[in-house]
Amino acid sequence: MQIDLIQEARRQAEICNACRYCEGYCSVFPSLHDKRAFSDGDITQLANLCHNCRGCYYACQYTAPHEFDLNLPAALAEVRQDSWEEFAYPSAIAGQFQKNGMAIVIAATVCFALLFALARWLGQGDGEGFYAVMSHGLMVAIFAPAFLFPLFSIAISLRRYWVATDGRKVRLKHVSEAFGAAANMRNLSGGHGDGCNFEDEDRFTQARRFAHQFVLYGFALCFASTSSGTILHYVFDMHAPYGFWSLPKLLGVPGGIAMTFGAVWLAHLKLKADPNLGAKTARSGEFGFIALLGFVGFSGLALFALGQTALMPTILVLHLGAVLGFFLLMPYTKMAHGFYRLAALVRDAQRRTP
Amino acid sequence: MTKSYDIAVIGGGNAALCAAITAVEAGAKVLILEAAPKAYRGGNSRHTRNFRCMHTGPLGPLVESYSEEEYFADLMKVTDGKTHEGLARLAIRTSEECLPWMEEHGVRFQPSLSGTLSLGRTNAFFLGGGKGLVNAYYRTAEKLGVDVMYDAQVTHLEVEEDKVVSVEYEHGDKSHRITPKAVVVASGGFQADTDWLARAWGPAAKNFLIRGTPYNRGVVLADLLDQGIEQVGDPTQCHAVAIDGRAPKFDGGIVTRLDCVPFSVVVNQNAERFYDEGEDVWPKRYAIWGRLVAAQPDQVGYVVIDAKSLNLFMPSVFPPIKADTLEELAEKMGLPADKLRKTVDAFNESCGDTSAFHPTELDGVSTSGLTPPKTNWARPITEAPFYGYSLRTGVTFTYLGLKVNETAQCSIGNKPVSNLWAAGETMAGSILGQGYLAGFGMTIGTVFGRIAGKEAANYAN
Repeated sequence: MQIDLIQEARRQAEICNACRYCEGYCSVFPSLHDKRAFSDGDITQLANLCHNCRGCYYACQYTAPHEFDLNLPAALAEVRQDSWEEFAYPSAIAGQFQKNGMAIVIAATVCFALLFALARWLGQGDGEGFYAVMSHGLMVAIFAPAFLFPLFSIAISLRRYWVATDGRKVRLKHVSEAFGAAANMRNLSGGHGDGCNFEDEDRFTQARRFAHQFVLYGFALCFASTSSGTILHYVFDMHAPYGFWSLPKLLGVPGGIAMTFGAVWLAHLKLKADPNLGAKTARSGEFGFIALLGFVGFSGLALFALGQTALMPTILVLHLGAVLGFFLLMPYTKMAHGFYRLAALVRDAQRRTP
Repeated sequence: MTKSYDIAVIGGGNAALCAAITAVEAGAKVLILEAAPKAYRGGNSRHTRNFRCMHTGPLGPLVESYSEEEYFADLMKVTDGKTHEGLARLAIRTSEECLPWMEEHGVRFQPSLSGTLSLGRTNAFFLGGGKGLVNAYYRTAEKLGVDVMYDAQVTHLEVEEDKVVSVEYEHGDKSHRITPKAVVVASGGFQADTDWLARAWGPAAKNFLIRGTPYNRGVVLADLLDQGIEQVGDPTQCHAVAIDGRAPKFDGGIVTRLDCVPFSVVVNQNAERFYDEGEDVWPKRYAIWGRLVAAQPDQVGYVVIDAKSLNLFMPSVFPPIKADTLEELAEKMGLPADKLRKTVDAFNESCGDTSAFHPTELDGVSTSGLTPPKTNWARPITEAPFYGYSLRTGVTFTYLGLKVNETAQCSIGNKPVSNLWAAGETMAGSILGQGYLAGFGMTIGTVFGRIAGKEAANYAN
């Protein structure tokens, strides 16, 4: 953990604690006002609890040019970013992807190439539809480990987070509170329900909150779509391709649309927002991640639309390459934020209801 | 500047914005001339946190009720009766309708902040504090068509007979002159002009810190008083509190307050005590400590507490100076060590039974045979580590201002100035003669800002 980042966040948190005007914006301030002194773990928890809604920045009477030079959203973003790199397993590769959009693009391209090669040389399946391009067995052989390893890695990271933030035994109530807060992005509501500050200085809008939820719920639907396909395949022996009125398509098509739309919207908002209120070093990595997410959604939709054409094998490999890259990079890109954020929300629920 | 305006509002804080919004909604063309750059807009309003509001039942974030009589009685207590009853009651009565108006114009409230539970019934807290309120009002005003000019310092209002005929201001290294039909002055007091403060207070004022904006220099106030506009309030009076001596010269705001005096001994630079630290609970006494410290050599005081009291008060912006012995603490704070030791020893010896100690109530735990005594919370300073803070006088606002009537109109030679109104801190002396009640400044600004905006628009239309 970089001591100077923690120290700067601590300096700012101590000023906030003497003011308290922002108490109603989000979960960070009640948690902050609960303490008099802030350990490194406390700062890490506050950093991961912060959703970067920026309400506190625009309301702050102590931002530059004031000599106190407060910019809590940025200070916490830097600590948050650093904590993800610190807790990542294996930690050596985390820095690359968190901070570097180009690295994400390269990794995704390598995944495309790998799948192209496999499909070309090994994958010629004798199944129909997608499995004619790549056999079902090969897909499973690639994607099962590519899915399980990131989960394993993230489990280790969360364990590290929990130790660092002095977490206690988790109860169902804590988890349900955390999921409740994530389900409606309560921490981007501004406390008053008007939304957050982001794309237009101190104006409160729901744009970022809604765009994020398009991606979140779109992703959830896509994930459910894939899961339902897996169940149909193994449990009911019903194999792809599935018709439009099947569960995988009914979940996947709206999911893909929501994810693509949400990703484009998020990127658009991010371009308008002030980069000085986030972790500047991570900006390229964040855009890379949004692009990858959007591409996963978009290529999935393209596959649905053009699945019956000669373009299908190319799109399939691009889509699967993007999905592969997405999963493999999950612990080392912005995607990790979802897991840490949930952990922070669970930890905060513990603070409120021991 | 080719565009012509019906109304020029001078100032950019709460009162100015309330006036501008009210006037533009009444159909007037309004220009706000704010002396500060955009980053520092909003005057002292950006440091405020709540609005004291009368209410007959639960209202917005406010619980129970707060009657006109109770509100007025609270005000009389802190001003020692030096209050203009008619205008005060007008402000109090109108405050109730202001709160929904504020919400309609973008202000958002939050429950009483942690550490301020005692105000949950009487004061509505702005979500994000005063700058949040100011931001919301600027958004609303601009949406309604108010033009806002930052870095626009008004230098002169030309008064002829009973009328303001022109407004001169500096903007971008140039002087400009406009001729609005009506003018609302809402540009605060003069506390940021330390020369003026020193003329009124004596040279000691040079050592005072200014808790709020550096832009309240009283330029317009002085200009109007020079031309014979009627004044109100004692020029030698300012509202001052004791704040952390390490606070910046200007704009330190809320975080520089120190709430530890009741649990401490306070000495001057000669390490001598000079007043009863435990006279009353801190919210009732922090104002007199501004004056007490101002009367000490070099206008500085030193608070000493020990380990057992460290967590009894709200944290402040700077960590305390910490030492394992009193002598070391004295050295770190630049006090004579042997003298501080003597003073603390004498204090400790005069402490008696401390079993009734209660940090939030007058507990009667007092010294005996000590001059000056400490009449509550008197516990010996014995437990290392020891902590110290320096104290300086922090000026919040000045009382000298423009005299207005119940329509917020200014006057000259006993008759009204036909097109000049004033609102906020610059006329608060018309209501408050001394003392201060938390959140009442924003009440005055909101109530009289709206009145001034309405009257000015009526006149201009």
